[in-house]
Amino acid sequence: MRFQLSEDQRALQTGVRGLLAARFGREQLRAALGVGEAPELDRGLWRELGTAGFFSLRLPEEAGGVGLGLPEAVLAFEEAGRVLLPGPLIATQLAAGVVPGAATGETVVTVVDGGGVVEWLGAADVVRGDAEGAAVLRSVDPLTPLHRVADPDSGDRTDVLLTSLLTAAEQLGTAARVCELAAQHARTREQFGRPIGAFQAVQQLCAGILVRVELARAAVYAAAVTVDPVDIAAARLLADEAAVRGARDCLQVHGGMGFTWESDVHLYLKRAWVRARRPGSVTEGEEVLAAALLAEAR
Amino acid sequence: MDLSDTPQEAEFRARLREWLGKVLPSLPAKPSPDDWPGRRAYDLGWQRTLYDAGYGEVHWGADPAVRMIFLEETEKAGAPYVGANFVGLLHAGPTVAAEGTDEQRARWLPPVLRGEEVWCQGFSEPDAGSDLAALRTRARRDGDHYVVSGSKIWTSHAEVADWCELLVRTDPDAPKHRGITWLAMPMDAPGVTVRPLRTLAGSNEFAEVFLDEVRVPVANRVGEENDGWRVTMVTLSFERGTAFVGEVVACRRVLGELALAARENGRWDDPVLRRRLGRLNAEFRALWRLTQWNVSEASEGVPGVGGSVFKLRYSHARQELYEAAAEVLGEGGAALDLEQPWVLDRLSSLSYTIAAGTSQIQHSIVAERVLGLPKGR
Repeated sequence: MRFQLSEDQRALQTGVRGLLAARFGREQLRAALGVGEAPELDRGLWRELGTAGFFSLRLPEEAGGVGLGLPEAVLAFEEAGRVLLPGPLIATQLAAGVVPGAATGETVVTVVDGGGVVEWLGAADVVRGDAEGAAVLRSVDPLTPLHRVADPDSGDRTDVLLTSLLTAAEQLGTAARVCELAAQHARTREQFGRPIGAFQAVQQLCAGILVRVELARAAVYAAAVTVDPVDIAAARLLADEAAVRGARDCLQVHGGMGFTWESDVHLYLKRAWVRARRPGSVTEGEEVLAAALLAEAR
Repeated sequence: MDLSDTPQEAEFRARLREWLGKVLPSLPAKPSPDDWPGRRAYDLGWQRTLYDAGYGEVHWGADPAVRMIFLEETEKAGAPYVGANFVGLLHAGPTVAAEGTDEQRARWLPPVLRGEEVWCQGFSEPDAGSDLAALRTRARRDGDHYVVSGSKIWTSHAEVADWCELLVRTDPDAPKHRGITWLAMPMDAPGVTVRPLRTLAGSNEFAEVFLDEVRVPVANRVGEENDGWRVTMVTLSFERGTAFVGEVVACRRVLGELALAARENGRWDDPVLRRRLGRLNAEFRALWRLTQWNVSEASEGVPGVGGSVFKLRYSHARQELYEAAAEVLGEGGAALDLEQPWVLDRLSSLSYTIAAGTSQIQHSIVAERVLGLPKGR
């Protein structure tokens, strides 16, 4: 057993982080927000991601892909979650090798998920599932447009497990990032003549965020290795919790500043909320995990 | 990232499993929790059995992964826990091994490994719990002896211990972390009084130890005078990595038993309870993965902070587990039916967020040492 990142995996992590920092830093994030309109997908960025191998990561080399596995995909999606990279990233990666152009980032693919919701419908070239009668659903996340479709069962359910795992990876990245933001703020913001991070109540909030991140990380990475449905359910549950509660606590640490539109914290929280409603969410996961208890104890 | 055993690990696991299968059926019956001499004999006997089979030093092995497999397999097989040997094997022993002289190693280590002597821990004091460095038990030098006076508390196995790893203040004027010294004190020395302390679980789990002018030879000092804090920290870091492996395995087993019991008595049909157990399943699976992560990290020689992170989450999860158990039992845990397996565990789990540094202190440790927040107050 050596449950640590390999050298190659660390290099991949550094590489993706560098690419995203250069191409989707804070300025691009704020620019993507626009004012009061539906966000647009940056097709140039999408193609760059394609060229870098983001979508073809798990496609075999014979098929023109990078030939890596699920653990590597999880690391890449974690980085995407750190910077709130917008777009139907998971649907497009899962379509690589199936939908022409998806692997290279030429074709943007989205999917009708099991909840009858579709992300980024307007921007997509290909929709997997039946989006007949789709109606705009006002999204809490200003960077994720949503539609509700008429028939919730019309979606493509084949990749539900992988979607849930990669969602967990995105949530993990978001959770890790809000942990850094909270700590950064607590170290520098002064009140009552000292940094607020010296107050135990604030320390408790920040440490709590980190503990949830580390637990989720262990669960998500393990699920990427085993691809066991029960492991994935656990990973998703803990990663959703780490991201949503982490972002809320981060907002609390930021105080009044955190409640403003100018602060990025609300963007992390809102994205975490939107991801948390994807199939494989809390209730579903808890039932899977409960059923597994009986199955395993027998 | 690899979760499977290496060939060496697989070989160790298989050999251990086979041995446990042979030796466990002929083990004597467990003594009752209040039978302290019986518990001492039982725990020492198990250590002797391990020693004779070549597993006596497994906790001190260089490879944490091997130790983890040992704890995992012994727990799964229902083997005895480390029990009264805890301090000797996991704390005092490693400290002597790392910081002691050759004479000290020769005197104290073999009896621990062979299951002949029990150690207890004289760290905590009534006014120095999580703030361990605030301890006040004094030791003044008198020729080739230290003369020790003060009191210790929460001392497990004090009633049956032969030795006490004792932290004393040898320089009251030094900054509080600097004037501390680590001594091995014989528990039968004149001036040592042990008074059992009854816990909320009704048991005499630990004791107060009163020290009145106890003479301890200077030769029993491990490390330099006034350097005891550093000596102690060496051991604490050793202890944290894998200390809870067996317990996590046990919690996962209990969770499975709870599910079966709930199905048996119909409580499983309650979706709120069922989902609560499902969430706990996520929790303990993840805690197991976190353990594997921490152990792998330790195998690479990286001093991780995983210990505090793990302890924080685990201690609360364990309490949640036994709260759920009370729920499964039906009377909401109002009945103190000691025949039921989980009733005592529920009570004793309350200590987990207090012992070895309260959760509040652990939060500060994580905030300051991992996240780099300024020192709190």
